[in-house]
Amino acid sequence: MTVTQDGAHGAGTKPVDVNDPKLSRFDIVREGARRDDIEIVTYESQFQGTNSKAEKRVVRNIALLFMISGLAAAAFVVFFIVWPWEFELGHTMSDYYTPILGISLGISLFALGIAILAWAKKLLPHEVSIQDRHNKPSSDEDRLITGQTMAYLVDELGVQRRPLLKGAIALGLAPLGVAAAAPLLGGLIENPHKDSEPFMYHTGFDPVPNNGQLVRLTREDGSPVRPDDVSVGGQITVFPGIPGGATNKYADSPTLLVHLRAQDAQDAREATEADKINKGGMWGNYVAYSKICTHAGCPASLYEQQTNRLLCPCHQSQFLITDNARPIFGPASRRLPLLPLEVDEEGFFVAASDYPEVIGPDFWERP
Amino acid sequence: MKRRRLDLAQVPANVGKGVDDRYKVATPLRGLLNKVFPDHWSFLLGEIALFSFVVLLLSGVFLTLFFDPSMKEVTYDGPYTALRGVDMSAAYASSLHISFEVRGGLFMRQMHHWAALLFMASIVIHMARIFFTGAFRKPREANWTIGIILFLLGFFAGFTGYSLPDDGLSGTGLRIASAIMLSIPVIGTWMSAAVFGGEYPGEFIIGRFYIAHVLLIPGGLLALISVHLGLVFAQKHTQWPGPLRTNDNVVGERMFPRYALKQGGFFMAVFGTIALLAGLFQINPIWLFGPYLASAVSSASQPDWYVMFMDGLVRLMPAWQIDFPIGDGYVLPPLFWPAVVGLGALFTLPMLYPTIEARRTKDKGSHHLLQRPRDAPERTGVGAMAFTFFTIATLSGANDVIADKFHISLNAMTWAGRIGLLVLPPLAYYISVRVCLGLQQHDREVLAHGVETGIIRRNPDGRFEEVHQPLGPVDDHGHPIPLDYIGWVVPKKMNRVGALAPAIKGFFFPVETLPEAPVSPAVPSVTGPSAREEITSGR
Repeated sequence: MTVTQDGAHGAGTKPVDVNDPKLSRFDIVREGARRDDIEIVTYESQFQGTNSKAEKRVVRNIALLFMISGLAAAAFVVFFIVWPWEFELGHTMSDYYTPILGISLGISLFALGIAILAWAKKLLPHEVSIQDRHNKPSSDEDRLITGQTMAYLVDELGVQRRPLLKGAIALGLAPLGVAAAAPLLGGLIENPHKDSEPFMYHTGFDPVPNNGQLVRLTREDGSPVRPDDVSVGGQITVFPGIPGGATNKYADSPTLLVHLRAQDAQDAREATEADKINKGGMWGNYVAYSKICTHAGCPASLYEQQTNRLLCPCHQSQFLITDNARPIFGPASRRLPLLPLEVDEEGFFVAASDYPEVIGPDFWERP
Repeated sequence: MKRRRLDLAQVPANVGKGVDDRYKVATPLRGLLNKVFPDHWSFLLGEIALFSFVVLLLSGVFLTLFFDPSMKEVTYDGPYTALRGVDMSAAYASSLHISFEVRGGLFMRQMHHWAALLFMASIVIHMARIFFTGAFRKPREANWTIGIILFLLGFFAGFTGYSLPDDGLSGTGLRIASAIMLSIPVIGTWMSAAVFGGEYPGEFIIGRFYIAHVLLIPGGLLALISVHLGLVFAQKHTQWPGPLRTNDNVVGERMFPRYALKQGGFFMAVFGTIALLAGLFQINPIWLFGPYLASAVSSASQPDWYVMFMDGLVRLMPAWQIDFPIGDGYVLPPLFWPAVVGLGALFTLPMLYPTIEARRTKDKGSHHLLQRPRDAPERTGVGAMAFTFFTIATLSGANDVIADKFHISLNAMTWAGRIGLLVLPPLAYYISVRVCLGLQQHDREVLAHGVETGIIRRNPDGRFEEVHQPLGPVDDHGHPIPLDYIGWVVPKKMNRVGALAPAIKGFFFPVETLPEAPVSPAVPSVTGPSAREEITSGR
């Protein structure tokens, strides 16, 4: 073992003639390392002599790990093929298909990993090598030459001397750059305001696309809702009674229809009547608010009957149903829009008009 | 005619000659085989990310063979009876198909998801290692930036992947993403309309996310990972200070035989861990959530852990809406601040940190020796502050679950998060700086006076004193000669200087040779102080 005093690496060994037949293989390796500015400071076996007991033990253990790995891999393949895997309802053998695959493959890979690690850490000689980092920057001369070469390149092109080219390049390249971006942008951009009635401002309850007929409030299966269908203090989610009204095509339309208790309804009525927009929107003790949270658009679906609060499970905004669904806690800053209710001649709930306010998450140009 | 005999022993040499004649590889290959890598367990954290990425690519390719990225409405008719007859998108139906009707499909899906979580986790831990040891300093600023972009790409890869199955949870995530886009001033509605192809949710988003998830983002990740590793390779890895180690050398093991073998073994171990996780721990059981419906969501809908900090910030934001009473009026919703500005700041501030620190400390030198976190108290404090912020934000992303499980008021959890986000990070800064300085002082104390032995001696004059074991040479009176701190671990217990080693080592098997007393890292390096980097208290 040698230690350098001056930090000049590879200096611990003298250059040797690699064609010398007396050299051992390691001597040649060491010479190669020297040429890569590496000094092998220590490279010594972890065992005393060859074939020591300790070495044999390590070799046995590694061999065992390889065997375990092989066995587990074989087990994986067998399980993969023969274990009943097709899903059946109830408690069946197929429930264990994924765990058994994970355990067998995991054991196989893990044992192989440990075997290789043990080989490297326990069997291979301990090594300390020092390599020069070569982290000096290029020499001043090289920097100068490269810099001058690049400046020369610019000179030769002569853009500075030829102002016409300068302008021509700008005029030629800029449109081409835009042309490269145009298909992507042009293809993707959709004007959200292109319709006379932009989609942000109306929902499935809008009577205009429904031939001017007021839209019924329906359940998920399309059946219309009568006032008697909602018990006192109860609430149901309703959708516009138009084709596909309950699908994600009308993702902005789900509405919560609440049948308030008499006292709560009194409070709610006072609040809505006092409001310019929501005035007259309730029908009896029933009130309907958009279910789409004005914060981030999740369905605000947790209704707390006792406190008449509606909670959005995504970010915990809370809206007070008896006070125009005003936000009272959490990050939402805007109340839930009210859907004005009426009952048609057949006794089913209809929306008296579309939502008077914009539903869903806020955006810049919301009036 | 005489047949030439084939000399088997000569085959490798002949092949080698043939290859070198054509491609001239001998010299560069020698350099590669010989390259020296420094070794420390903390250098392997980034490897976990790399290995998880390989597993992600392998399992992901499998999943693409069965996944149908289409929002076409189909009626489920598979073996999972609870959903039979339910209308759903083809994407969700094919995800159920992978889970129930493809042999080993569920295992592969879970492996893909677990690998993704491990990928992001190891990136964060690796980043923390880089930060707290100052490995981002010149000349490695660019690689630090690339690392942050890799996290960002991983974040989006995770989010797009989370959205693909089109189950109840992923639809909710998409809805929030659309709301975040809408919250951007002026271009919000345009951006959302461009991404979703019109009104949310539209019919394009799964297909677009699919191509982003399987081609664009992985392509970017692959390219940047190559540059990341290439730079590590070209600039050579940093190393801890210690005996023989200077700013101008690399002390460690050559790539072959030992280092590469260890990497291979480690890869297998990581792969095996992911396989065990995938087999034993259920993740994202999409069949329980049902297809996405705009009207349905359950409580405890949490995103994957690396998105939770953002969800937490969004939850904690007060309802501060800014109105602009011009024309019909314009609004800036509160969602904009945590989701757009917050996310942007969380990615750009770390990118700027190397520049800020170098400017503040007027440090223009190149650093290849790492610093222990205690030797740069301010940096450690800033890091502790950032991680406290991140942790509170992440916990707040699950505050409804915490409130439910521990019977705490949900509103109290929100307020605790709001206050904690402002109060705890500065506190973490103060505490960690004090801890760093205390540890520095203790290091110097042990170097000056030796290790406390726990042996109390009574002096002839009646005083009691503890016997100290000097770490280096002593002067004529037996007092230790104070040693220099070289920026590496100072042994502080007697068994660290070899006092207990034999007893422990011989517990199960007799000790064949007496273990060599570990070379005390506190002994001044033989290269002399001139070649080392100056170690300061960092203040």
